[in-house]
Order: sequence, then C-alpha cells, then structure tokens
Amino acid sequence: MAKSPSLFGATFRRDLLLAFRHKGEMINPLVFFLIAISLIPLGIGPEKALLMRIAPGILWVMALLATLLSLDNLFRSDFDDGTLEQLLISPHPLYLSVLAKVLAYWLATGLPLTLLSPVLGGMLSLPSGAFIALCSSLLIGSAAMSLIGAVGAALTVGLRKGGLLISLIVMPLYVPILIFGASAVTEAARGNPFDVQLAVLGAILAIALLLAPLATAGALRVSVNG
Amino acid sequence: MANNKQERLFMNWQWFHRLGSPRWFYEKTDAWVPWLVILAWGLLLVGTVWGLGFAPMDAKQKDSYRIIYVHVPVAFISMACYYIMAIAGAVGLIWKMKLPYMVMKSAAPIGFAFTIIVLATGSIWGRPTWGTWWEWDGRMTSYLVLSFLYLGIIALQNAFQSRDTADKASAILALVGTVNIPIIYKSVDWWYTLHQPASLNLTSAPKIHISMLYPLFTMIAASYIFFTLVLILYTRAEILRRESKTQWVKDLASGVPSKGDKA
Amino acid sequence: MKFQFDSVDAFLKMGGHGAFVWASYVIVYAILIYLTLAPVLSKKTFLKQQKKLLHLQKKSPENSQ
Repeated sequence: MAKSPSLFGATFRRDLLLAFRHKGEMINPLVFFLIAISLIPLGIGPEKALLMRIAPGILWVMALLATLLSLDNLFRSDFDDGTLEQLLISPHPLYLSVLAKVLAYWLATGLPLTLLSPVLGGMLSLPSGAFIALCSSLLIGSAAMSLIGAVGAALTVGLRKGGLLISLIVMPLYVPILIFGASAVTEAARGNPFDVQLAVLGAILAIALLLAPLATAGALRVSVNG
Repeated sequence: MANNKQERLFMNWQWFHRLGSPRWFYEKTDAWVPWLVILAWGLLLVGTVWGLGFAPMDAKQKDSYRIIYVHVPVAFISMACYYIMAIAGAVGLIWKMKLPYMVMKSAAPIGFAFTIIVLATGSIWGRPTWGTWWEWDGRMTSYLVLSFLYLGIIALQNAFQSRDTADKASAILALVGTVNIPIIYKSVDWWYTLHQPASLNLTSAPKIHISMLYPLFTMIAASYIFFTLVLILYTRAEILRRESKTQWVKDLASGVPSKGDKA
Repeated sequence: MKFQFDSVDAFLKMGGHGAFVWASYVIVYAILIYLTLAPVLSKKTFLKQQKKLLHLQKKSPENSQ
C-alpha cells in the first residue's frame, strides 16, 4: 500500500516528465511573452524614458497573460484520457495530488517565464536595480498564479472550449498579485525598498497554498462527475 | 411546558427543511411580493425626492453631490448581493438543496446590474467633480473588478449542459471570489494611495451634514428592501422554470386555482 | 426642511450640473424598473408557454387514435 508522500512524488514526476515531453506546450507561453513584449515598443515608440517607466507594469501584465494562456493544459490531457478519474477515486488525498500537479506545472511554465523575464526587462530598458525585484516577484507571483489558476482550470476542464472562460474567471483573482508584483518592480526601479510588496506576495502564496488546492479538488470532482 | 419547547424545536427544524422546497418558497412569497413592492418603491421615491429636492446643497460639489443618493446605496447592496450569492451557493453545496442554487443563480445578474449602476453613476459623478469620465480611484476600480467577478459567475452558469454541474461549479467560484474580495479591495486601495497619495476619494463626501444623511439612510434602507424584492422575483421565475415538470407548476400554468398568484 | 430650488427650471438645471444628476437618476431608475419588471414578465411568458404546451399534449393522444 503506497503512502501518501510517494503518490505525491509519483504524480509530480509523471507530470514533469510529460511536460518535458511536450516541449511545444512549454515553449508557447514563453514565445507569447517574448512577442507580446516586443509589440509594446512597436505600439508605443522606442523612447527609452517612456519604456523604462512602463516596463515594470508591462512585464507583469504580460507574464500574467502568458500564465493564463497555458492554464487549460493543466488538467485537460488527464481529463481526456481518464487519468483524472483515477486520481479522484484513489484513496489518497486529492489535495496532495493537485498540489503535485500544480508544482510540476509551475516548474514547467512559471519558472521558465521568471527566468526569461530579465532578458525581456532589458529589452524594455528596465533599470538595473529592478532585475532582482522582477525575478523574485515573478517567482513568488507565478507560483501563486499557478495555484489560483488551477481552480479555474478545474472548473472548466469539463467544457470543450474552456479557454477564454478561464481567463474571465481567473483574471479578477489575479489583481492583488499583479498590484503587488508590479509595485515591487516599480519601487526597485526607483531605488526604493520592495520588501513589503514581496512579503505580501509571500502571504498571498501561503494562503493560496492552503486553500487553492481544496477548491481545485472540489472543482475537479464537480467537473468529472458532471 | 416541555411540549411547547419540543414544539418550538420541531418547528425550527421544519423551517430549515422547508427551505429545500421551492414550492413552499413560491407559495409563501406570493403574499410578500405586493408589500415588498410598495415598501421598496415607496422608500425609493421618498428618498429620491428628499435627496434631489430637499437636502441642502454641498459647499464644494454644489448640486452634483446628489448623485450620492443613488451611488452609495447601490454600492452597498452590490457588495451584499455577492455575499448572499456565495452563501446561497455554500448552503446548496453543503446541504445539497435545490432552492439555494436557484437563489444563487438569480443573484448573479442582479448584482451585476448593481455594479453597472455604481460604475455608471460613479463615472458621471466624476465628470463635473474631477473633469474626466473615468477615474481609476480605489473604490471605482474595486467595483470594476467586482463586476468582472459577477460576469465570471454568469458566464460559468451558462457554460454547462448539466444544470447540476453549473450550480456546483458556480457555487465553488462564488466562494473562491468571496475569499478574494477583501484581498482585492485592500490591494486596490493600497495601489491607489500609492499612485495618488493626496487625492480625495471620490465617494467619501468631504463634509457631510446631518441633514444630508437622512435621505441617504432612507435610500440605503430602500435599496436593501429593493434587493430583497428583486431577488425574490427572479428566484420565483427560476423556480417555475426548473420545476416545470412537476404537477403544481403544471396546475399553475393551466390555471387550476391553488393558492393564488400575484407576481 | 425646505425645497432647495427657486423654480422648476432651477431644479432641472441643478446649478449647471443638471445633465449629470438627471442622467444618473434616469439610468438608475431605468435599471431598477427593468430589474422589477423583467422577472415578472419572464414568468408570465413562461406560464403562457407551458399552458400551450400542456394544451398540445392533451390534444395529441386524441389525434393519434
């Protein structure tokens, strides 16, 4: 009889392996991030002062959108081939299985976004003092966004065309993360401390870690049985 | 003595289980509706006339401040409506009852309409006060996000084939939204003070005189009663739609007289 | 408590802000009226439809004889 931690490990390893096998799905949000950021100067003009001013907000908004894009993939393939049903009827706590899947998902999407962000920050003339804030805020924020986004993905996994609906459902919930994330980078760009913002992001992540998998588990049960 | 106590306990339990019966709700509210209509609309009209014509003019904003009498009360109920919606969803999920889900579904478009009122009146109020049609202040931005939360619920309700799945999914979303609303509100508030530290919040009237408050209280009371009325009306319509296969609804439709039907 | 305006004209103009105040109240009342009437109308229409449906259902067993 397998113990709970090893199911967590098994689910995590499997999801991570699957993610890396579908490198295309992993690359998509990164490419979106890159192209969307590149559109900004094309739309606004290359004037460095202006770009520098809006860079923190723009980087965060685009990272948010890129995260939203890939959310549908979180549960869809497992839903389609019946693996999700197996997870649901398994005696192991669904909370942990969900957590494992979200962790793997975050490593495959949120983390790469965070690692790519300095490059894009440079493209938008982000001041050098802001790069650490950018990476740390995105690291914490993308994890929180993955957790909260999982609820939306779970609610819509039973629908054929759930994509746009996920965005509508999840975006209002992302507002606090966006506010504090962008503020952290903005303050850092001005040379001010940004520990308050990071602390709040951390608190949001903690709450999300506790509650989001519960809601996600409930939503999965509703979607699969519906 | 003991009998009375037992009776009372029994009655309480009955009352709770009756809440599971849409038919009971429908027939019970038959008598309430006309009174609620009179009370709600009566108070609305009294408050409106009072606020528009009899409350003193504000020193700073002159007469444009009178928009407060519709803006603020509806702001309150748009928030209350979300919590009612979420509580109804929770009751439906926990006790697996039909009626709470019908109430939840009815509350969504009502709450959305209320947020539209808040945003429209807030925007119009902003024009003479601040010179722009839209001002990203803390309150308005929070209500914009609240309207998105409502839209999400409405969209989710309409996305599923199965009524049951739609109900449960919407209930979960409503509860998730409930946890987020205070966080969103605080974040937006913080965001606003960050970017506009010295500006006055549009919806907090600077120096409000007591004689300005009476019509405001009237309108606030009116709006809560109005919300109750409209929620009941929408729920009644939803009950009939969902219970259309039952005999009592069929009787109602074919005009078989039962308990009378006012609205 | 006295009426705050000297004339109906002044009441409508609201010290120059009339358009804003009245537009707000009109929008609000329009929506409130809609919220009150729409469900009642919808319910009455539904009952009418159901009546027709029941009527048709009653008829068809006789016709298929």
